[in-house]
Amino acid sequence: METLTKNHIQETNTDFEVRSLDAVCVNESHLEHKWWHNLKYLAAGMLFGLLLIKAEVISWYRIQEMFRFQSFHMYGIIGSAVVTGMISVWLIRKFGIKTIYGETVEIHPKKFNKGQVIGGLIFGFGWALTGACPGPLFALIGSGITAIIVVLIAAIAGTWVYGYFREKLPH
Amino acid sequence: MKVLLMNPWPWYVSGPLIGLTVPLLLLIGNKTFGISSSMRHVCASCFPANIPFFKYDWKKERWNLFFVAGILFGAVLTSRFLVTGLTPDINPKLAEELAGYGIPVSGIVPESLVSWSSLFSLKGFLMMIVGGFLVGFGTRYAGGCTSGHAIMGLSSLQLPSLIATCCFMAGGILMANFILPLILSL
Repeated sequence: METLTKNHIQETNTDFEVRSLDAVCVNESHLEHKWWHNLKYLAAGMLFGLLLIKAEVISWYRIQEMFRFQSFHMYGIIGSAVVTGMISVWLIRKFGIKTIYGETVEIHPKKFNKGQVIGGLIFGFGWALTGACPGPLFALIGSGITAIIVVLIAAIAGTWVYGYFREKLPH
Repeated sequence: MKVLLMNPWPWYVSGPLIGLTVPLLLLIGNKTFGISSSMRHVCASCFPANIPFFKYDWKKERWNLFFVAGILFGAVLTSRFLVTGLTPDINPKLAEELAGYGIPVSGIVPESLVSWSSLFSLKGFLMMIVGGFLVGFGTRYAGGCTSGHAIMGLSSLQLPSLIATCCFMAGGILMANFILPLILSL
């Protein structure tokens, strides 16, 4: 049954190129797990939600400060997160650290396309307007700012419209 | 101890902890950190509409939906049990500028701009609906957001992510300094 579904998808999925264009948050694992294995990502997400609030990243005011160069706070957060991530990835590669299932860690390389420039600018506009990138949208809703549900729906609509016009946009 | 937990954490504590999400996701299941893709998975699972971009095995990426559900649920618990006040200690220059537009600094987001009641005003519409749309459209066009490109992409030394991150910042700087003031004075 599992193989059947997979073959079916390979036939209908004309979208493999997207994996290179859109190599963000791709599942690199080749293992099949029961659904409850996903609960560890729920736990990881909960920790991340806690951090977004504790870091004040969800604050509209902090985002405005960042884009006006009025505070070091957000630069410190993003900068130190990147440095920690870099050291971690370097250590994982250097010592060949395996996943908890014993798989080799794979990171899909990204290819350059014009979308990173045009889409990047468009996202920057939206980030400064809403004061939230996608992660904080979820954390804001959880913090009780329920009106952000509308912003999230608008963002999902934006994602859908991009998918609809994708072939016609420069990449 | 309790006070330390309840208060916001300085950047040099929260930043590195956010960065540790990268190895955490890699090591618990070979997952590449990224959040905006969850919105693509929502489109693929709920409204694929025969669009090639949404025809893929979204169930294989279901972990990402668990992760964002976790962010929401984690925020519910944090705001309920681990938070005292959420008005950040912002630069007085920003507070002064916002006061000029009649926007007080209070809460996590300005109530007069981002709330159910402001949704039907022109400012609220531009900031919530148009802003949200640009976030969704732009992140997918760019192939990632702050997490996927700025944190994960830069951590794994990918040049396209550096270009994308610079463009996020350029777009945000343009909007916050030149376009947003026009919207706020509407």
